[in-house]
Amino acid sequence: MQHKVIDMQNVVIRFAGDSGDGMQLTGTLFADASALFGNEISTFPDYPAEIRAPQGTVSGVSGFQVHIGSGEVNTPGDFCDVLVAMNPAALKANAKWAKPTATIIIDSDAFDEAGIKRAGFTTLDPFAELKIEDRNIIPSPITTLTKESLKESGLDNRAILRSKNMFTLGMCFYLFNRDLDYTNDYLEKKFKKNPALVEANKKVLFDGFNYASNIHAIANTYMVQPAPQEKGVYRNINGNQATAWGLMAAAEKSGLPLFCGSYPITPATGILEELAIHKNLGVKTMQAEDEIAGICTAIGAAYAGNFAVTTTSGPGLSLKSEAMGLAMITELPLVIVDVQRGGPSTGIPTKTEQTDLAQALYGRNGECPIAVIAAHSPSHCFDAAFYAGKYAMEHMMPVILLTEGFLGNGSEPWKIPSMKDYPAIKPPIIDSSEGAFKPYHRDPETFVRKWAWPGKAGLEHRVGGLEKNPDGVISSDPINHEKMCAARAEKVARMANFIPDQKVIGADKADVLIVGWGGTFGHLYTAVQQMQSEGKSVALAHFDFINPLPKNTAEVFARYKKILVCELNSGQFVDYLRAKLPDFKYLQYNKVQGQPFIVKEIVDAVNNIL
Amino acid sequence: MAYTAQDFKSNQEVRWCPGCGDHAVLASIHRALPEVCEALGYTKERIVFVSGIGCSSRLPYYMDTFGFHGIHGRATAISTGMKVANPKLSIWQATGDGDALAIGGNHFIHAIRRNIDINIILFNNQIYGLTKGQYSPTSRLGMITRTSPYGTVENPFNPGALALGAGATFFARSLDSEVKLSQDLLVAAAKHDGTSVVEMLVNCVIFNDGAHATISDREHRADRTIILRHGEPMIFGKNKDKGLILRDKNLEVVTIGKDGIGVDDLLVHDAHCENVSIHNLLVNMQYPGHPVALGVIRDVKERTYDDNVRDQVLEVQAKSPIKCMDDLLHSGATWVVE
Repeated sequence: MQHKVIDMQNVVIRFAGDSGDGMQLTGTLFADASALFGNEISTFPDYPAEIRAPQGTVSGVSGFQVHIGSGEVNTPGDFCDVLVAMNPAALKANAKWAKPTATIIIDSDAFDEAGIKRAGFTTLDPFAELKIEDRNIIPSPITTLTKESLKESGLDNRAILRSKNMFTLGMCFYLFNRDLDYTNDYLEKKFKKNPALVEANKKVLFDGFNYASNIHAIANTYMVQPAPQEKGVYRNINGNQATAWGLMAAAEKSGLPLFCGSYPITPATGILEELAIHKNLGVKTMQAEDEIAGICTAIGAAYAGNFAVTTTSGPGLSLKSEAMGLAMITELPLVIVDVQRGGPSTGIPTKTEQTDLAQALYGRNGECPIAVIAAHSPSHCFDAAFYAGKYAMEHMMPVILLTEGFLGNGSEPWKIPSMKDYPAIKPPIIDSSEGAFKPYHRDPETFVRKWAWPGKAGLEHRVGGLEKNPDGVISSDPINHEKMCAARAEKVARMANFIPDQKVIGADKADVLIVGWGGTFGHLYTAVQQMQSEGKSVALAHFDFINPLPKNTAEVFARYKKILVCELNSGQFVDYLRAKLPDFKYLQYNKVQGQPFIVKEIVDAVNNIL
Repeated sequence: MAYTAQDFKSNQEVRWCPGCGDHAVLASIHRALPEVCEALGYTKERIVFVSGIGCSSRLPYYMDTFGFHGIHGRATAISTGMKVANPKLSIWQATGDGDALAIGGNHFIHAIRRNIDINIILFNNQIYGLTKGQYSPTSRLGMITRTSPYGTVENPFNPGALALGAGATFFARSLDSEVKLSQDLLVAAAKHDGTSVVEMLVNCVIFNDGAHATISDREHRADRTIILRHGEPMIFGKNKDKGLILRDKNLEVVTIGKDGIGVDDLLVHDAHCENVSIHNLLVNMQYPGHPVALGVIRDVKERTYDDNVRDQVLEVQAKSPIKCMDDLLHSGATWVVE
């Protein structure tokens, strides 16, 4: 049979297996190798809450989707061209994501009667049951071949079985004409202390590659050429890492040490882990005894003159509510990062949502407005975190940075910026005062107070959760309280004078303006691009700044006939817009499934109102 | 520059009830700080008072130092963050039995476990005062309060036992009325590197009057308490004729000169002893049966959390080739697009 290499613009590959099968690693390695090759990439891990859910069951299926392209890639892709299913449960959970033309690679060893039953199929023909018999199914005895490959390796059976994912990866590398160098390097570093394991994994990877090239089932292989990219030095980055680095960059620009008080919580833990690595840059991380201690240690650090941050997800944000009020009333700089996940309560912790917006905006006792910023892509988390730090420090207030599990765990290539291209951060630090220091005297333009910390002689003062007068003396005077509440709110509102105008992607005037915020950017942008290429009159306004809104927001909204607010909740941003800018009529498209949008549903939603 | 107590008094009117035990503790703090600064070479601006919520937590407003009045139970976490952020600060925390041991119990034990170098002054009046008289985690079993009109049905914490259980490196106890002793204990707490817990047994004149009267009454105090001093035999009593010995793994009260017991037979207090067994026995002594132990019960050396954090940062910094963000951004796997 003639072997053909078919050029493709974009390919989406979904790796699926048991949560112990190493699918996250397989996907990550495939993505990294492709990024190094020069493809645009976007990734999306979709994994269960259990570390090891019951083997072979649908609830234990862990997936990782990679989208690679020779052009722009802004989403991990809706449907996949290649599905790798390591067992029947993985096939069952993921068949719905396979395109009608998809190639499906399965580990045929796992498709025995027991395996098929464990996955909950009612017959012994899962393909017929899922109505996917017409796909290009490549049954490969991956388990048997891996055992065969490593029978001389001296590894025990358990270790051998854990290498199955490398066999699969080797097959995919063949299918997409990737070489093995990057992964071989990775394996050498990862198992540096165990040369036997390095050799075993390399051998399985190589054997998987060769197996795919030898079988006739794979007639063609695919080539996704490098994408034309802006010149520069690139790296892969995921959202949690980018958030951590953005915070560190803000610390560097401010000249203040970075302190992070946090408590582990999915899917935000990666930020704390990343910061913990960077003691080399003076970062102090504290894994506190609970979420409340996380934010309270950070508040203490802020009072003591550090750039303080705390990182969490929705349930943790709930626990931090009272302390956020304390940071707000003491007017101390603090960044609170919320990597949103599916709620309410514990909800679906490993899945993505945008359901904490209302909590971020309003979830505190008393009059307690807090600035809210959102990141819109994995690499944008760097800038979003940097500016969250800048606004917190320069405006002397807590700032909530909303990211999402989809961003935190998703990765993309990132053109490495230079720190000289970022603005200075100048907190209003005071070193001496004539007479006693009055903590709540404000700049008349910005309403920002001065920052004096212990160690600065002559600036001794007391702050706290009790209402004070501007001199810092406890006061329950009714008029003073109202004035202080108004002043604190005005300070947040005046941040609008320092943020960029809202931009629109697309024409200045159009029939429909799609409005979004946060991690849905890639999907909304792709939908708009697609519709524009079809001649549709659609534009996109995607908000990074939520509280305060950019000053030109109303002016932008006025230019469009219809406004469609799309978000992964039941309408939290649209409700906020209705309250803030009630002169406009807002349509909404919402999804609360713990999954990102798919481009097609956005396109359909827009077409419905065009 | 030598400070006086006056240098630490703020211009705020002290708003505790007349007769409240907190006044006396505040006086001992005002008096202790000049001595602390003198002994440790501190200037005033390095001192921070942190508190949570409750009557005693008003204290930072009465100090002319940096101060932070936090939220209920969280003072320990706030103090910890401050100390890690700036290890040069001398951090003092004013907290109560409700603030530290109920809502803030988790932070309390974890601060002690870490041995962060802060000084916790625990005002124990065995009642919630600010909310007007509900029982606290140190209220004795059966105590009648607003929320236990038929008597409490739960056992109290002994704060000292809790602290030692969490691994405390320093625990001391005083009575509100023993101003000079309190002052000495606060100085000892300041000199100790690590978490120092000083329990102040204070009276609540409104909601739990006579909280500690059994032992604090002028007439009986000497017979019902013992002031422990490192290196000295454990003697107490109005006539200095009673002492403590160890018998059958328990402390026993003996009379000097009776049954052949001499001063040499008494236990000598060793606050620096690593082994916590005797300290545990001392901290658990209750009247009747035993005198309540006052003074520095435990004071042992151990690495502090803040030192460990600082040293680890320095160690990693010394070894790492990454010195700034630009270095970091270009570290690891990168590729060039030309």
